Amino acid sequence: MELLVASAVGLMTAVGIYLILRLRIFPVIVGLSMISYACNVFIFASGRIVPGLPPILSKTAVAYTDPVPQALVLTAIVISFGMTAVIVMMGLGAFLSAGDDRIDLSEDSEE
Amino acid sequence: MSPALIAALPFLGALLPGLLIRAGRNACATVTGFVTLLALIGLGLHIPAVLRGEVIRTQIDWLPALGLNANFMLDGLGLLFAGLILGIGLLIILYARFYLSPRDPMGQFYTYLMLFQGAMLGIVLSDNILLLLVFWELTSLSSFLLIGYWKHLPEGRQGARMALAVTGAGGLAMIAGMLILGQIAGSYDLSDILQARDAIQASDWYLPALILILLGAFTKSAQFPFHFWLPHAMAAPTPVSAYLHSATMVKAGIFLMARLWPVLAGTPEWFWIVTSAGLITMVLGAVIGLFKDDLKALLAFSTVSHLGLITMLLGFGTKAAAMVAMFHILNHATFKAALFMVAGIVDHEAHTRDIKRLGGLRRLMPVTFTIATLAGLSMAGIPPLNGFLSKEMMLEQAAHTPPGLIGLLATLGALVSVAYSFRLIAHTFLGPQRTDYPHKPHDPGFGLWAAPALLAGLVVAIGLMPMTVAGWLVDAAAGAVTGTAAHAHIAHWHGLANPALWMSLAAIGGGLVLLGLHPTLDRLWTALPRPEAKRIFDGLMEPLAALSRHLTAALHPGMLSRYLWIATATIIIVSYYAFRSGSHLPGARALTEVEPIAAIGWLLLMAASVAVVLCHHQRLLTLILIAVVGLMVSVGFAYLSAPDLALTQISVEVVTVILLLLALNFLPKTTPRESSVPRKVRDLGLAALGGLAVGGLIYALMTRDFAFPSIADYHLANSKTLGGGTNVVNVILVDFRGYDTFGEITVLGIAALLIFALTESLLSPGAANDRLRGWVSDTPDAGDRHPLMMVVATRMMLPIALMVGIYIFLRGHNVPGGGFIAGLVVAIALVMQYMASGFGWTAARQRIDYHGLIGAGVLVAAATGIGSWFAGRPFMTSNYGYFEIWPLEEFELATAALFDLGVFLTVLGAVMLALSSLTRLAVRAGQTVNTEAFDMQSELEAEEP
Repeated sequence: MELLVASAVGLMTAVGIYLILRLRIFPVIVGLSMISYACNVFIFASGRIVPGLPPILSKTAVAYTDPVPQALVLTAIVISFGMTAVIVMMGLGAFLSAGDDRIDLSEDSEE
Repeated sequence: MSPALIAALPFLGALLPGLLIRAGRNACATVTGFVTLLALIGLGLHIPAVLRGEVIRTQIDWLPALGLNANFMLDGLGLLFAGLILGIGLLIILYARFYLSPRDPMGQFYTYLMLFQGAMLGIVLSDNILLLLVFWELTSLSSFLLIGYWKHLPEGRQGARMALAVTGAGGLAMIAGMLILGQIAGSYDLSDILQARDAIQASDWYLPALILILLGAFTKSAQFPFHFWLPHAMAAPTPVSAYLHSATMVKAGIFLMARLWPVLAGTPEWFWIVTSAGLITMVLGAVIGLFKDDLKALLAFSTVSHLGLITMLLGFGTKAAAMVAMFHILNHATFKAALFMVAGIVDHEAHTRDIKRLGGLRRLMPVTFTIATLAGLSMAGIPPLNGFLSKEMMLEQAAHTPPGLIGLLATLGALVSVAYSFRLIAHTFLGPQRTDYPHKPHDPGFGLWAAPALLAGLVVAIGLMPMTVAGWLVDAAAGAVTGTAAHAHIAHWHGLANPALWMSLAAIGGGLVLLGLHPTLDRLWTALPRPEAKRIFDGLMEPLAALSRHLTAALHPGMLSRYLWIATATIIIVSYYAFRSGSHLPGARALTEVEPIAAIGWLLLMAASVAVVLCHHQRLLTLILIAVVGLMVSVGFAYLSAPDLALTQISVEVVTVILLLLALNFLPKTTPRESSVPRKVRDLGLAALGGLAVGGLIYALMTRDFAFPSIADYHLANSKTLGGGTNVVNVILVDFRGYDTFGEITVLGIAALLIFALTESLLSPGAANDRLRGWVSDTPDAGDRHPLMMVVATRMMLPIALMVGIYIFLRGHNVPGGGFIAGLVVAIALVMQYMASGFGWTAARQRIDYHGLIGAGVLVAAATGIGSWFAGRPFMTSNYGYFEIWPLEEFELATAALFDLGVFLTVLGAVMLALSSLTRLAVRAGQTVNTEAFDMQSELEAEEP
């Protein structure tokens, strides 16, 4: 199971890195989302992976998984939505102002 | 009032003028003056204790590990300076009220002034040199704001920049010097450093420290060769000049030399560096001042000259000279502040400060003339005024200090100073009345001349009764500087045998002769080639600016993909370094068994991720694929015992996909293939390395046990007993780490407001707005804009969805759920209405503003936190209890639920504001589908025959 999680994190990171190195805004946004997934799972997995033992206190539970990384990741997920939305808006603004969605300034567009 | 509070008062007061300017200019000035007066009274209460030789201290440990303590002390030296800063500050506030024109933003002015005042007070009251450095830099920054207050004047901006560059560079040198000093003394507290004279002077590092500290002091106090910034700072409004150049800014360097006098002075190095800089500055400043026609420029160079005089006295290194320096600081502040204010009055009334265009104002402005004459004669050193007393004492000290050249040059400086002082009075006020003033001058109102008149009164009072009015203060200050009890003996007559008498007479006589020769000398001076300081300064700055422009252009060419590449590569290289130093084997922790269902999920995630790369040119397809990845991540969370995360991830997934869909509406639907093959290979290589590194790291982490005992056990053990909830993740969020969550919802709210602001700017006139108005959609519209089935379904579902949201919210403390998830669920329910029934229909029924929701959420969370203060507990301490109300079963109420309500409101508001902002763009693009309210009733009626 650890190998599955680690390989998933690795692949999502690699896909994210490849996409943020593209030249248009949309792949970059998607790439950042992929990196967010990878980061969130990474932090979550740093609490070690334990199936079937949610951190909900009960009299019958034998053990619990680590709740602290979960709390960290929960807010991170919501905030990453906020950040994605900001970048989307910036990208959209750049596209609407300049008429193309390249992320680099081209030589001729410099003043 | 503790010294710390005295220093803090102006900073607190700085908030008031900006607010109270709405209540009018008088209210604004009054409240500013009141704060200063309060600090002055607080200072005054300490006078008896300080005169008894006590030192009043406040000690606050700030960063003790760094030696940085917020320690403040008030001794005689601090009293003299703080008294000047606050006393003259109060007069400046009064003067500025009547000086500033209605066009000038007065609230801003007083705020800057109070910031500056606080920074100055901080310098003179600090008992820790690191703290002192902080305030020192603050004076550079706040004086920049004050000097450049008239932003529309290029001279103002340039003068402010020059002052900042020179004093800022000096400040940097001083930081280094102070750090060396602290290292030698073994403490950064002034009280300790002042005891370490022998250790400091014996150290090899004494000379470097001395030079670096003096660089700071000389630049601040405009000593040669750094004197040039001060005249250019005269572009500031006159109240600023009067404040900065009489009592405060330029005296900071002097203060520092006096403060460190016990440990630094007395060596040959100190004597030669400080004395010669002071002496040169004194003579040079006086000579240049004599040939200035602008009243304020004349006064500026006179200030430079007098600062040189004080520096020279401190350089002598004797206790008697240090005492004279203290006395002259006081006298100079009184007459120079008065003269600057007079220059401002003349400028205000005659609309010029050019001496060549003035003259004969004596009868037109008798009050101003009286004030100017008293202060001017004091500056010249004419008995019995206070300037005479300290100048004669200075000449006596100079005469007794070998080599004889010092006495000679000091007399020369005094002589030229007599000449320019008389010139100021004679050429402005005496002589025949003219007919060609730019504006008919007359005396200003009482408000404008009250402050200088008071100062002129002080000039006379100190002059006539020096021991009564000023003797005690000079004693206290000199005692603090020299470290031994001092008793000033200030008198007008020292007998014929005193060399100072003859030097004074020579100065006055020579000065009068010089004034008589002035027209001839002036022509000569104008013809003489002189180095122009500003041109040299600009010549030095220009290559530096060019270098920085060049560097910026090279490092910041606007190629985002290049930055990202460099950043990623750097991270990988640095990680590789760390990688090489560790072990590369997997850990020994027992692995978790793989069930078939987990393997299927993993396969889906991996396939979708690879497909994202392969298909990323088809944007819609990419969106679907990334949603699959997100879904698998949520399922993974659920499988790995994180139900809260699964719920959050899946609801965020929904809103993210909607967000990207809305954005894709405006973006091209495909990404062109424009990367070359080598580039793709390069990026793939980097991506593979990065992925391998991250994957390997987490694998290594997961296969090892915790290196330290986890804090999880604490949370698990106390969640129920302390927080009153069984869902530990939720209790951590709203209780244990509530403060973090509070910060996070604030960030989320700010992000949403940023999106709103971006939308506003896109919708304001400009290229983006034009493009939106002329928008032609490149994809065909759907056949049925509002499928009836979907409309009906979403409307039916709304109440149910809202109830589910409330349910998730309420149960969150004990089972998976809570404010974050509930906020997202309700947002999705509302967004579905937008999607099904259109923007217009939904907007017409939306009664609550999303901005308001965000604000309310943050406020509710903050109020919950503050509420615990009323129970006498620290911020955000939670409480809970169990209640039973018939016919309900026993239930729990916790303050954490109220906090969670804040989270819920913020999340809902932020998500909705972000999505509706995008919709507003669509409306501007002319998508009529969204502007008209869709109503089932009218649709049905239209269909009936």
